[in-house]
Amino acid sequence: MRNPQLNAAGDLTHLLTLEGLPAEIILRVLDTAVPFASIAEREVKKVPLLRGRSVFNLFFENSTRTRTTFEIAAKRLSADVINLNIGVSSTSKGETLLDTVDNLVAMNADMFVVRHSQSGAPHLIAAHLNRMGRTHVHVVNAGDGRHAHPTQGLLDLFTIRHYKKDFRELTVAIVGDVLHSRVARSLIHGLTTLGTPEVRVIGPKTLIPSAVQSLGVHVHHDMREGLAGCDVVVMLRLQSERMRGALLPSTGEYFKYYGLTGEKLALAKPDAIVMHPGPMNRGVEIESAVADGERSVILPQVTFGIAVRMAVMSILAGA
Amino acid sequence: MKIEIQHGRIVDPRHGVDRVGSLCIADGQIAAVGAPPPGWRADRSIDARGFVVCPGLIDLSARLREPGFEYKATLESEMQAAIAGGVTSLACPPDTDPPLDVPGLVQMLKHRARSLNQAHVYPIGALTRALEGVELTEMGELAAAGCVAFSQAEAPIIDTGVLLRAMQYGATFGHRVWLRPQDAHLGKGGVAHEGEVATRLGLPPIPAVAETIALASILALAHTTGVQVHICRLSTAEGVDMVRTAKRQGLAVTCDVAVHHLHLCDVDIGWFDTQCRLIPPLRGTRDRAALRAGLADGTIDLVCSDHAPVDDDSKQVPFAEAEPGATGLELLLPLTLKWAQEDGIALPEALARITSRPAAVLGIDAGHLAIGAAADVCVFDPHLHWRVEPAALKSQGKNTPFVGLELGGKVRATIVAGHVVHES
Repeated sequence: MRNPQLNAAGDLTHLLTLEGLPAEIILRVLDTAVPFASIAEREVKKVPLLRGRSVFNLFFENSTRTRTTFEIAAKRLSADVINLNIGVSSTSKGETLLDTVDNLVAMNADMFVVRHSQSGAPHLIAAHLNRMGRTHVHVVNAGDGRHAHPTQGLLDLFTIRHYKKDFRELTVAIVGDVLHSRVARSLIHGLTTLGTPEVRVIGPKTLIPSAVQSLGVHVHHDMREGLAGCDVVVMLRLQSERMRGALLPSTGEYFKYYGLTGEKLALAKPDAIVMHPGPMNRGVEIESAVADGERSVILPQVTFGIAVRMAVMSILAGA
Repeated sequence: MKIEIQHGRIVDPRHGVDRVGSLCIADGQIAAVGAPPPGWRADRSIDARGFVVCPGLIDLSARLREPGFEYKATLESEMQAAIAGGVTSLACPPDTDPPLDVPGLVQMLKHRARSLNQAHVYPIGALTRALEGVELTEMGELAAAGCVAFSQAEAPIIDTGVLLRAMQYGATFGHRVWLRPQDAHLGKGGVAHEGEVATRLGLPPIPAVAETIALASILALAHTTGVQVHICRLSTAEGVDMVRTAKRQGLAVTCDVAVHHLHLCDVDIGWFDTQCRLIPPLRGTRDRAALRAGLADGTIDLVCSDHAPVDDDSKQVPFAEAEPGATGLELLLPLTLKWAQEDGIALPEALARITSRPAAVLGIDAGHLAIGAAADVCVFDPHLHWRVEPAALKSQGKNTPFVGLELGGKVRATIVAGHVVHES
């Protein structure tokens, strides 16, 4: 089966997941993002690479932050950006997901940035466009269910490379709700593809998927043990709804076992960096002193996120 | 009308017949097997040279979608699919809308099916009203109306007390109870087997214990109540082991597997292929191997198509939102033959699993070719390979994971009660 995000020549036509993406493509995105990161520091922050192109932000699930970063990225590339917050109720009006897509294609959309609560929704759209022969229309997955969040994965990789250089010498720990996390899945695929020798996931058994070892990671339930000797610590957001459904007893107990404190961070390497995809729950998964501390690269992640999304969009558009 | 099917390989698993010769049909019954009776003159002969002549297939799970889901399929379309697949008797689960929980609905379905004059339809009545798992249905009235067994379809009974009493009540009158083992809580909201694929794709999982916990309850209650239980759609290796042990201990339990699960596993979901959204979910390769072995050694008694026609719109959505099910009536025979060929199972043994054994579970006099038996016959070409093309399927449901696959075994003629109802 051909990777649905590559065309017959092996070029990236959609960005749906980091799984199965060749290392060269991932590195090309990271390399392309480097000059874009410096554009942000210029007085005029625009390049004309996507002038005249229409980028549709198709958000079936609310997200101000991700949508905003995609919007900024597209605008810095001089694209026209149309934001559609469709919400989950659209299907109740009788229009299917693919009806919506067909209508927007008829409005000459060039790119869809899709966020959806269901795993696989961007694949469905991409497969539909491919089947209809609309190969000039590109899909960027901005997060689908628990499955993937590839631009977040790429910006995490960009951040790690910025501070740590060589992926092949790193130990990375991902801490928290891996079960529900598309961020964790994408980062794991990216790290293993780039040859990171040790990727660890840390969390209680209720929040670690059963077959996660098959993704090439080591599982730790004891956070202190899992953090020992790490170069990178990635904290995941804990949704408050996890207290319902008997996954966890309380945020307090969660913080006790899996919250990142200065004392626990001291078990990692002295130059270890701390990352978080945001938005953070201070005092739940991370204490403020660490979040705002000198090892935290959480705000640079946000800045790099725009550059990485510019890189993805410009590569997809063939610019 | 006298029909002679000539020169075919006659296979009747129940009576151990496997010979080349003529099958003679007169007045809707089997008149002779092997050589025609003295003075025989057929009104019509069918040349079955190189073909297999066997009892019409019996499918224990075929959703006809009536009443209530006529936009997915109708009795007309699905009966055409049945006879095109060589299926002459089928049992339909009660998960229609409304469910088959009152005699009037059952009578209507039987009447509609009879008027089409194709395959025989055996409705499965609802075990509880509206399949809600709270109150018992009038099983006696439903049986009188034509229900051959009682089930909950895909709605598990949450209250084990209700399950116990339903089985006790059923046992009182000798009713058969068919249950698919599925815990109501474990795997709730799940859409794929808990394992590597569900983890990778971020699909809500259904663990194997969702099946085995429910199976343990059902087997224990069957032992306590003495009710005749049939386990539907076994899907896990552990489940096969549990049924094997129960049978060894003397429990009168039978069980089936859906034909999809003999050939596919969760890996076939690929990149969210909604054709592989099935209930129970496609499980791991180890489970698939156990199901195939269990079918071979008799732990699993039979194969059913688990036919569930689904409209295209319901599959053109994200995986978890897709309606589960696949069309299967026309694929039951070739997919069973494929299993037999791959695992070195003799043809009569394979055919027993789609003829005589389902007949025994249904408790009907069918699925064999004894003289005097109703002439329900399937004639098929075991060597002809054909490609599964949605447009060529008679079923209104065109969705199946086997689209594009080459399968061996093509039905040439289907005879129901002595009438040739399908030829190709």
